[in-house]
Amino acid sequence: MLEATWCPGCGNFGIWQALKNAFVNLSLSAKDAVVVFDIGCNSNMFNWLKMTSFESLHGRTLPVASGIKIINPKLAVLAVAGDGGCYGEGGNHLLHAAKHNLDLTLLVHNNQVYALTTGQTSPTSARGFKSKSTPAGSFDLALNPLAVAIAAGASFVARGFAGDLPHLTDLMTQAVKHKGFAIVDILQPCVSFNNVNTFDWFRQRIYKMEQKPANKLAALEKALEFPQNGTDAKIPIGIFFQEEREVFQPETVEFKPEIERLSAEFL
Amino acid sequence: MEKSITWKIGGPAGFGIMVSGTILAKAFARAGLYLASTTEYPSLIRGGHNTYIIRASAEEIFSLIFSVDLLVALNQETIILHKDELSQGAGLIYDSEDPEIGKDLLPEANCHLFPVPLVKLATQDGGAKLMMNNVALGSSWAVMNLPFEILAGVVADVFNKKGEEIIKENLQAAKAGFEYIKKNFPHDFDYQLHEGQAPKRLVLSGNEAIGLGAIMAGLGFAALYPMTPINGLLQFLASKSEEAGFVFKQPEDEIAGINMAIGASYAGARSLVATSGGGFSLMTEAYSMAAMTETPLVVVMGIRPGPSSGLPTWTGQGDLKFVLGASPGDFTRIVLTPGDPQECFELTQVAFNLADRYQTPVILLVDKFLCESLGTIEKAKIATERIAIDRGKLLDLSAADYKRYQITEDGISPRILPGKIFFVTDSYEHDEMGLATEDASMIKKMVEKRGRKFSLLEKEVPEPQLFGDQDAEITLVGWGSTKGAAREAIGRLKTQHVGLKINYLHLNWINPFPKEAVTKILSKAKKIISCEGNATGQMAGFLREQTGVEIKKQILKYDGRAFFPEDIIEGVKKYA
Repeated sequence: MLEATWCPGCGNFGIWQALKNAFVNLSLSAKDAVVVFDIGCNSNMFNWLKMTSFESLHGRTLPVASGIKIINPKLAVLAVAGDGGCYGEGGNHLLHAAKHNLDLTLLVHNNQVYALTTGQTSPTSARGFKSKSTPAGSFDLALNPLAVAIAAGASFVARGFAGDLPHLTDLMTQAVKHKGFAIVDILQPCVSFNNVNTFDWFRQRIYKMEQKPANKLAALEKALEFPQNGTDAKIPIGIFFQEEREVFQPETVEFKPEIERLSAEFL
Repeated sequence: MEKSITWKIGGPAGFGIMVSGTILAKAFARAGLYLASTTEYPSLIRGGHNTYIIRASAEEIFSLIFSVDLLVALNQETIILHKDELSQGAGLIYDSEDPEIGKDLLPEANCHLFPVPLVKLATQDGGAKLMMNNVALGSSWAVMNLPFEILAGVVADVFNKKGEEIIKENLQAAKAGFEYIKKNFPHDFDYQLHEGQAPKRLVLSGNEAIGLGAIMAGLGFAALYPMTPINGLLQFLASKSEEAGFVFKQPEDEIAGINMAIGASYAGARSLVATSGGGFSLMTEAYSMAAMTETPLVVVMGIRPGPSSGLPTWTGQGDLKFVLGASPGDFTRIVLTPGDPQECFELTQVAFNLADRYQTPVILLVDKFLCESLGTIEKAKIATERIAIDRGKLLDLSAADYKRYQITEDGISPRILPGKIFFVTDSYEHDEMGLATEDASMIKKMVEKRGRKFSLLEKEVPEPQLFGDQDAEITLVGWGSTKGAAREAIGRLKTQHVGLKINYLHLNWINPFPKEAVTKILSKAKKIISCEGNATGQMAGFLREQTGVEIKKQILKYDGRAFFPEDIIEGVKKYA
């Protein structure tokens, strides 16, 4: 395997460690799972995480992961993506994966910036965020991925922080154990291209929720608690929403090429 | 006098034009006749003018011809639009009680009129007005002098799932039409058919033949986002998934569809996607990923005229260059172009084997006319022409040092399925382990490894099909559904010009291309004429690239309609 190439101090190191811890917790060896990666700094992890993995395309982790899970339900299937890939280019797939409810786990490294392309505004960048693509400050509101996931029907929705390994490891473990579509949005400081949302900035704001919100509406309310438009709200982390819902899983396919029967309608 | 009969029905959408056509096509096949058929309809659900056209003959035929011998008009518009297509002595069946069809509207000279009270006969026993199409079918069958039992058998089978009552109503209507003709117009028509000796055949569209081929090839997963002209394939696969044992999924978009199919294939299923040009535009990024990750995949690409949304329900062959160059990166696009349902059935199976053996995506390029027109496959051939499933180097091994992209002599690296041992699959350029690399010598090795497998494939490209005389003064070249019209055209040209030597070169492997064989054939030809359903002669350009032969004589059609033999005959005469 290769050496990690992330910048010193990158939030991805924490996520990487938490993920390895979670695999140990879950007793998943390198062959028992498939991790489908996106394109981006986060996803270069496939080079140094020794798990069977499929490095896919920017934004396309969820459909590739879906195809794998449908055909081989015995595998634990995870998708690892960044905020650009998952909430930007792959936004439509997120909506549909959430309502579809295959048994998949999505981990999003959310650093609120495009890092591998050296610093442009991402879908979760705050309004006013100055970057190479928005020198005068971003006009858009930041996308709220948790609210979107809850509304779209994800059956497990959580937020973690790359600077709190035990908590993040636990969230990842629970997400993989959850039967259904699970998303963990992970706040991950980018030390090179986002000098606003730093480790310190998050530490001053983050708090752990003591218990899960009671229902979907309460979960949405909690998800909307986020600094936006100059406000200085606190940032809850933990599990926002979880429900048991029927999981899409076609039965194991068995090839039945009975040509006589299949072609009878054409006679 | 023609030995074949061309029957055409026209009417407003929603009047059962499609089902009437299917019933009659099957009835012709059961009567031992050869047939060719198609349907034309606008991109609308309600309203608009729909037609179905079938040509039947006791002797083998390959395509439709332009003139119509028996026209069924379910409304006035059909007569206005199609009366000029009628052949000498043609028949016209219309509703004698339709107030919109006045005497001044009816064609006069050399036409047999068959005024039948279609609606009245449909409704006399409490049936619905919509049953008038069945009355028309019965009337047509009687005019052509074929036995009613054959038609009745098809009607009963087609409505089998809808219950006894529906079967009875439809049969009643057909019988009423049949008897009305027998009673009122005995022996009144030139165009009569007799039962033929054609072998038992399936009557199915190109779409359905592809679906059947895919199932025979062991299809495991199909993800299809709706788009004309592959909706027939979507519908067929969706209805057969449980019975045949594969997963059918309608994805949220084409991008999701192809990525899911790649995931499913990686996990071990033979996977298929299908779309048209617009959808394939969206798929091209992932198509390239299948090439780089070396994941097998079959892509059915149904052409309709463009650019953009173009003519959604009409036909053309304008996307050849698009698929040959689709997607970023330098890799061989395998492109197969069947020309009729029989070839659709066979080449779909070939496509799955190629995809697995060369671990790469394969495109089956078809045009709308082929996708949606009904043709036939000899029933005996679906068993005998079944191609053995070859999954290539898909191994069940557990070597500790397994390398997904092992550099091999033939360029093909052994593939295993996830869940067995640890390995990495990568959309970036990679080393043998699958880890990303930017090392110059490794990049070169990997590009060459992938190149070697395509060189290997080039050696197994079959000879192209040549119809007609081996040595000819005139060689026609074409691909896709042009095949039928061109075969029909060369037969007619030979009849009209005794001693004329002419042949048709049908290209169904476009890439890799049978370079040597085609060059040999073209170098022998005195006059080469390409026939293509596009305005820019894309195949002629590609042939020049592959063989160095420049084809200056081209018959191009780009009005949304398929080739008729008449188009080709006229074109050939122009260059004679």
